[in-house]
Amino acid sequence: MAAPKKAAATTPQDKTDGGSPPEFTREQELKALRDMLLIRRFEEKAGQLYGMGAIGGFCHLYIGQEAVVVGMQMALKQGDQVITGYRDHGHMLATGMDANGVMAELTGRRGGYSKGKGGSMHMFSKEKHFYGGHGIVGAQVSLGTGLAFANNYRGNGNISVTYFGDGAANQGQVYESFNMAELWKLPVIYVIENNRYAMGTSVSRASAQQDFSKRGASFNIPGKQIDGMDVRAVKAAGEEAAAWCRAGKGPFILEMQTYRYRGHSMSDPAKYRTREEVEKVRHDQDPIEQVRNRLLAAKVSEADLKAIDAEVRDIVNASADFAQHDPEPDAAELWTDIYR
Amino acid sequence: MPIQVLMPALSPTMEKGNLSKWLKKEGETIKSGDVIAEIETDKATMEVEATDEGTLGKILIPEGTADVAVNTPIATILADGESADDLAKASAPAKQEKAAESAPPAAAKAEAPAPKAAPAPQAVAEPDPEVPAGTEMITQTIREALRDAMAEEMRRDPDVFVMGEEVAEYQGAYKVTQGLLQEFGAKRVIDTPITEHGFAGVGVGAAMTGLKPIVEFMTFNFAMQAIDQIINSAAKTLYMSGGQMGCSIVFRGPNGAAARVAAQHSQDYSAWYSNVPGLKVVAPFSAADYKGLLKAAIRDPNPVIFLENEVLYGHTGEVPKLDDFIIPIGKARIARSGSHVTIVSWSNGMTYALKAADELAKEGIEAEVIDLRTLRPMDTETIINSVKKTGRAVTVEEGWAQSGVGAEIAARIMENAFDYLDAPVARVSGKDVPMPYAANLEKLALPSVAEVVEAAKAVCYR
Repeated sequence: MAAPKKAAATTPQDKTDGGSPPEFTREQELKALRDMLLIRRFEEKAGQLYGMGAIGGFCHLYIGQEAVVVGMQMALKQGDQVITGYRDHGHMLATGMDANGVMAELTGRRGGYSKGKGGSMHMFSKEKHFYGGHGIVGAQVSLGTGLAFANNYRGNGNISVTYFGDGAANQGQVYESFNMAELWKLPVIYVIENNRYAMGTSVSRASAQQDFSKRGASFNIPGKQIDGMDVRAVKAAGEEAAAWCRAGKGPFILEMQTYRYRGHSMSDPAKYRTREEVEKVRHDQDPIEQVRNRLLAAKVSEADLKAIDAEVRDIVNASADFAQHDPEPDAAELWTDIYR
Repeated sequence: MPIQVLMPALSPTMEKGNLSKWLKKEGETIKSGDVIAEIETDKATMEVEATDEGTLGKILIPEGTADVAVNTPIATILADGESADDLAKASAPAKQEKAAESAPPAAAKAEAPAPKAAPAPQAVAEPDPEVPAGTEMITQTIREALRDAMAEEMRRDPDVFVMGEEVAEYQGAYKVTQGLLQEFGAKRVIDTPITEHGFAGVGVGAAMTGLKPIVEFMTFNFAMQAIDQIINSAAKTLYMSGGQMGCSIVFRGPNGAAARVAAQHSQDYSAWYSNVPGLKVVAPFSAADYKGLLKAAIRDPNPVIFLENEVLYGHTGEVPKLDDFIIPIGKARIARSGSHVTIVSWSNGMTYALKAADELAKEGIEAEVIDLRTLRPMDTETIINSVKKTGRAVTVEEGWAQSGVGAEIAARIMENAFDYLDAPVARVSGKDVPMPYAANLEKLALPSVAEVVEAAKAVCYR
């Protein structure tokens, strides 16, 4: 199992346990494929709508990183919470949030998850235990630690999965949170999505310790580097970390080595890396192609895979249609939801 | 010459203490560093060490004496070769004379130097509409009122917990959480590391799941480290989630100037937090309001900033003995009625306002004093109704004037009662400088009773 190959110059090589990750069953492969495809097609559509001016402000796409959230989600159980930063559409879809509601929030319509008042970076679903969607880099790490605190307080056996990037990993409050999480043995998995660039700054230019799995070392928090392009490796690591947390042993850090294909946001020309670098990752390590190739090798028919493609495209097209035709919020909504 | 041992000041705001125990007897030899007595302040029991050598000549204040003012001579130490006959010549050590500010040691006995915080006048002319007539009242300190409010709410709702620095085992840096650990245990009374940004975020995250944290900041000065979580996460999430996810959380702790702790520890954040939609901001003055409003804040489903004042912690007041005494957030109170000028203040600003009203009354000016109690939502109606009656208004705050709460009150009066005004609204505020350390400069930087009197007379054209 290899880390993204282009990472050789800037990130450490694979340090996960030797050997291939456990194989998926056919159902698991199909589910992973479907969930990752939904995210990819959704994000492609969002990019398109942004280009048409239907989506405003900031819009950060998750394309390339799909295996991380889909694999982690397969390792969780009912009631476990998910919280992340601003590159959050994938996390919402993976937790089962409705594509229409997410897309309509992107277009600022009343049927959006936040009635059009939050936008791309600020959506929530109590029902799906998705706690946002946070626009301040690193803030979700303390908040996610608080979710774990609440699980501990209630003794409900749930864990908090707190996602952040290689950029946020340098924020001070991350370490304040690590300290409290280990001190109080809180059930939280810190998933560091290392996509190698914090906006335009590569990991090597911003991080003194580039092995993010070691970032909890001074607090005695165990960590692992995982091939975040292989959904099977992600799920296996997620299960190991979840078991650790549920056993009352405290937090666990998973550095997911991944890659974003698109710019930091829609307005990022991505001049800080070469087109060849992106193309190589896409060609060699694409998380969706990995699953598709395995399924084809296992004699799943092209027709079956096309059926999944079609189902996903229908969902995404319907969400785009809904998001463009749903009315804007009523003017009276300006004054609601400030206090309850 | 024999040396007087004076009642020491053991904290920035200490005005008096109890002499709980003498550990040396008259005639015993004392070496520098010996513990000679134990003194109980409103925060803790402290040991007093001798700084001079000799023999304990005479104990001037017997053990068990309560409320001994700072700088009162409590004993006399005789140097080698001196005898009891020399006792009359005793003098206080030079360095403590300096600490006694303007008052010479002789006068210190009668009157504690109390850098600026003389006991607040709690006498209130108007009955509190929240308290039924005939209710039995108990006298307690504001510190105790706060503790009782938290304890009652924690008994009532298992989702309420307290977290912060030194809130549990230390019993509170200002003793406000005293006894809570013993009653509720370490699960619900949680000592945090010194990481305001982190634990404020942990509190907000827990609140998003429906728990009701009381997050204590040792002072609001330190909450600047956490202000991103307070505003961006706590105040805005309900709106940004379209009403799906809010947080019921109280951020509380001392705000504003204590005494002689200089600029980084003396800022008033009233204006900062009251600027933010999504937050409620409470800043009470009387002991009863501290209790009733803290209980209301804990039950409120929104984030509430509860601004306390360290100078007031030890002050006592009458608190109604009711099973469930709640003061609604957002209602001001007329603390003294009058017809000539309206004075609006809150928190420790009320100390100046009420004393000024006493002074003004001697000159025939009857001031109506409004204790705002809540800064957001602001009870504009009570202010406007009063100004319609008096035609004149003065605001009093310890914070800075620019973009201050007084400026906001003046604007609201102008918008809602312009035609009733007989004079421009006057603002009395903290001076536009970082808080200085030197006692005289600190006094100048804060508002004074004289400034309030002067402002009130000016708007009355007197």
